[in-house]
Amino acid sequence: MIEAQNLDLTFQTNDGPVHALKDVSLQIDKGEFVSFIGPSGCGKTTFLRCMADLEHPTGGEITVNGVSPEAARKSRAYGYVFQAAGLYPWRTIGGNIRLPLEIMGYSKADQSERVARVLELVELSGFEKKYPWQLSGGMQQRASIARALAFDADILLMDEPFGALDEIVRDHLNEQLLHLWARTQKTIAFVTHSIPEAVYLSTKIVVMSPRPGRITDVIESPLPKERPLDIRDSPEFLEVAHRVREGLRAGHLDD
Amino acid sequence: MRSVVPVLTVVAAIFAIWYLAAIWLNAAWAYDKATRSGEELGVVALVADTWSQEKPKLPAPHQVGVEIWDTTVEKKITSKRSLIYHSWITLSATLLGFALGTGLGIALAVGIVYNRTMDMSVMPWVIASQTIPILAIAPMIIVVLNAVGISGLLPKAMISMYLSFFPVVVGMVKGLRSPDAMQLDQMRTWNASPSQMFWRLRLPSSMPYLFTSLKIGMAASLVGAIVGELPTGAVAGLGARLLAGSYYGQTIQIWSALIMAAVLAAALVAIIGLLQRVTLRRMGMA
Ligand SMILES: Nc1ncnc2c1ncn2[C@@H]1O[C@H](COP(=O)(O)OP(=O)(O)OP(=O)(O)O)[C@@H](O)[C@H]1O
Ligand SMILES: [Mg+2]
Repeated sequence: MIEAQNLDLTFQTNDGPVHALKDVSLQIDKGEFVSFIGPSGCGKTTFLRCMADLEHPTGGEITVNGVSPEAARKSRAYGYVFQAAGLYPWRTIGGNIRLPLEIMGYSKADQSERVARVLELVELSGFEKKYPWQLSGGMQQRASIARALAFDADILLMDEPFGALDEIVRDHLNEQLLHLWARTQKTIAFVTHSIPEAVYLSTKIVVMSPRPGRITDVIESPLPKERPLDIRDSPEFLEVAHRVREGLRAGHLDD
Repeated sequence: MRSVVPVLTVVAAIFAIWYLAAIWLNAAWAYDKATRSGEELGVVALVADTWSQEKPKLPAPHQVGVEIWDTTVEKKITSKRSLIYHSWITLSATLLGFALGTGLGIALAVGIVYNRTMDMSVMPWVIASQTIPILAIAPMIIVVLNAVGISGLLPKAMISMYLSFFPVVVGMVKGLRSPDAMQLDQMRTWNASPSQMFWRLRLPSSMPYLFTSLKIGMAASLVGAIVGELPTGAVAGLGARLLAGSYYGQTIQIWSALIMAAVLAAALVAIIGLLQRVTLRRMGMA
């Protein structure tokens, strides 16, 4: 699905080069839920942006769906959820979700049908005619996820989509996201700062460390696909969380 | 309601200062007249005279008020002495020039935002164009256009356009560039075409900037239309009234034309302000 081989990316800045990604190799298979976790500045966003063709690696190879990220972007192979919901204030929730569909040239009838479907998927049915400012932050973020789901992209790239939300809302959205993933069979790449979130959601956890940004550990989760919220108290969960924490600490010790 | 008291206070203060200034500025002429006719001028007579001279240095507010009343309500609109008629002449040039200026401004802004060459080359010229005093360039525009057979409304509108496109270019360039990096990236992930990006993101985002520019542009447009009437010896329009007034020392006529121009400008800007409020509220941006 997504394959990175010895990926390198150096930003040329006024203060000299910043080595954001160094020798990053990773394979994400179809239907996986992969979380990226690591301290600030370790290149999580940059890696995700490389997959989305929003950033261009200075070395190495990356393919998305077997083609270059650019080709994947042009064939609308992925939906990207940014940290901020980024809904247009002049469009209703329905209008916002319709936006990419209009751009991609879906028919009017198809648009309406899809909007209704994804709104139901994120439990926002009935809010189609509301404006973004009439919704809470969590609902806005759900609407932005719905927008990324509305067109048929197999891949969902999410950069700290719940970073700005409080823990309770976040728990709820995490649960919803898992359901959604199970129902839609998408491949998800998910950036987060939260260890419990990463462990709860993922089939694979990628631990990264900064200066230069690199992968220090890849953890295959032994947790079952079916995950009620209280799985977070199970020994398996705590063990994975422990390993992630160890990986993060090891990354820090290298500094 | 709370704003009424301060507003009235300011208005009252302006009138008070105006009346006092009228006494001060017109006193010399009143004394002159009195000396010539050998009269002794008391305070009351002095004040009365300074507020009722035929060609005062500074007419009193009520004189201007009466003049405006006489030349608007009391005159037929078709009359050459009707201030409404003259206002309409100026207004039509203003509106045409404003429309042209807005169109030109938006077109240039789009070019600047979308075309690197224009970005590098156009802005300096736009700014240079505004450093030339309009009074210097207005007669040339009129003369040149007359030479190619264009006269009447259009030359004046061109001068309005010349003044009003500037704030629109500046505001719209800023407005069209106002979407942040995330919004642009988002469009990119959907593989949006440049025109889709323009109509769906850049243009709506620029609306608050556009309206602010339009207000300035409208006021500039009116100035342009009035200035455009000065060098041609135009017989109609607020500018023509100003010019005729100054030839014949008709200060009351000058002031009533000035007040009329101010009222016109205020009304036009207020209309745009209203449009702005309604539009931005409907767009969820206010
Ligand atoms: N456009 C850019 N130009 C220059 N440097 C950049 C740019 N984008 C990112 N960087 C640098 O690259 C490094 C990695 O940044 P990145 O945003 O990928 O980190 P991150 O892991 O997402 O951090 P966070 O958790 O804070 O979001 C940082 O040092 C950052 O300063
Ligand atoms: Mg980031």
